[in-house]
Amino acid sequence: MMRKISFRPLQALFPAVALMLLVATSAQAELLIRVTEGADSAIPVSVVPFAENGSMPAGDKVSSIVQADLAMSGEFRPLPPQKMLSLPSKRADVYFRDWRLLGQRYVLVGELTRNGDRVEARYELFDVNREERILGETAAAPASNMRSLAHHISDKVYEAITGVPGAFSTKLAYVTLDRANGNARYRLQVSDIDGKRARIRLESKEPILSPAWSPDGKKLAYVSFETSKPVIFVHELGSGERKKVADFPGLNSAPAWSADGQSLLMTLSKDGNAEIYQMNLQSRKVTKLTNHWAIDTEATWDSSGEGIFFTSDRSGGPQIYYMAKPGAEPRRITFGSRYNARPRPDASGNYVYYVHQRDRAFTIARTNLKNDEETVLTRTESDESPSVSPNGRMLIYATKQSGESVLTVISADGGAAYSLPASEGDVRDPAWGPIVR
Amino acid sequence: MKLSAQTKVLALLFSAGLFAGCSTTGENMDEGGYGSDVAPIDQDGGSTVYGGGDQGGISSSSMTESERMEAQQQAEQEALRDITTFYFDFDTSEIKPEARDVLVAHARYLSNNPGQKVRLEGHGDERGSKEYNLALGERRANAVQRFLIVNGASRGQMETVSYGEEKPAVMGSSESAWAQNRRVELVFQ
Repeated sequence: MMRKISFRPLQALFPAVALMLLVATSAQAELLIRVTEGADSAIPVSVVPFAENGSMPAGDKVSSIVQADLAMSGEFRPLPPQKMLSLPSKRADVYFRDWRLLGQRYVLVGELTRNGDRVEARYELFDVNREERILGETAAAPASNMRSLAHHISDKVYEAITGVPGAFSTKLAYVTLDRANGNARYRLQVSDIDGKRARIRLESKEPILSPAWSPDGKKLAYVSFETSKPVIFVHELGSGERKKVADFPGLNSAPAWSADGQSLLMTLSKDGNAEIYQMNLQSRKVTKLTNHWAIDTEATWDSSGEGIFFTSDRSGGPQIYYMAKPGAEPRRITFGSRYNARPRPDASGNYVYYVHQRDRAFTIARTNLKNDEETVLTRTESDESPSVSPNGRMLIYATKQSGESVLTVISADGGAAYSLPASEGDVRDPAWGPIVR
Repeated sequence: MKLSAQTKVLALLFSAGLFAGCSTTGENMDEGGYGSDVAPIDQDGGSTVYGGGDQGGISSSSMTESERMEAQQQAEQEALRDITTFYFDFDTSEIKPEARDVLVAHARYLSNNPGQKVRLEGHGDERGSKEYNLALGERRANAVQRFLIVNGASRGQMETVSYGEEKPAVMGSSESAWAQNRRVELVFQ
């Protein structure tokens, strides 16, 4: 069985905004999270509620957030605390026989200590079969930031068990569209990957699309129609400062950052046809990388930072192509159907993910770049905008549920998923942010 | 829906015998600034430019002997120009045959009114990827722009913009909704 989670934007407390455009910095909207399916191969793990010394901030408990994170990944099946036989908080109290009896592979225990305006967490992870501690750490965070503390612990637990860094502390960027009262409101938002702590970064009456994270996670590039045409902006998240970086005649779209954060790939049609360019963000000089009568767009660097994947309809319909270096002769990657677009490679360099038409359905598929094998990953029908988590283990994309656009997260092999729906309206164009150390 | 208006116009055309020249759809590279950017796009078969200027038949003076006929023709041209949205098949930017007479009427109007500006807004349906649809919407708007130029409008009267799949005319995920969303709208300003 598969597991599925959906996100929707929760439109709650929007003030009436008279301005056409609002650069907001306050927390105003959240996505709901809905886990709808579970994975068979998930690893049984117990996150024991942490002991607490001193008063703790209101809101979700740290251990509850860790438990939800692990469940959300699809790779773990946490035991509900009410089924636990004991609630240990340190090694001396962990009776491995009891946890084995419950079929558990790993047990996480810990305690939280209030220290002024900070909370310190001491936690340990045990391998039940080997009766060994495989992780032991302390971490601290402001009392106002318990979610970050919890996601940090989730990252450590995930890495200790799977050997791959967790991505629970990373961010999502996405665009919500609210058509209530006949007025379209596009809102560029950034949230945790569970949809919590969403903040509106830009609001507009005109479309916003294609948010792209800078490698340091501090900036977003995106396309905004606020001037009645597509223009690329770079938006500093810390200060809210925005710069218009590409406003040529025609298309200014599909921005994608280079690994050094110094340049953007983009699609421009200033010379009459959609071509891929690279812009140096310091000098704003653009270099043309494709020159073909077809549509060339949706460029993105490969994992090595040397080659470029992009979409081109030079064969008659959109297909994925690869240039081994900027300007090199492109090689076609996809052949499995008449429509393959919007490539997104993973960090390992093993796979490229894309929108794939299969019969009448638009699904997400991936191609193994080592053997060219193509696998269709989704069973939904109106899928678009795939974005891979920085650890390569999960994939977020936009799809339709009951006529509304929602974000869905699946494991990168298609085996598990959750969705992030909005309480009303659409949410689309997800971009998974980098791991920031 | 626009179809009913189109049907009326077609009936008008038949009654006036104006279909005479409709099959003439030769390309005309020399007229109206039909520029070098056109030829490459046509090679992929995605967009076909139908030109012909006066050969479109509608303004042919040989079939309007009387004042009455001229007045009727004027009315027909105006009726044609009520249609400002043009539809496309999935993943193409080929102007449909039934759109040509209406576009010729718009081109003549623009030619006769050099101060008139028009914005050509290209759109796609929701299927497939957003950025590709943005480029496809632009290609559709460009195909209409070239058709209008070939038929007498000047480039300076027009601006094109693509909204891709961002501004559907009709909500929903049906064949009918998709068909109505793959379009170019002429917005006179």
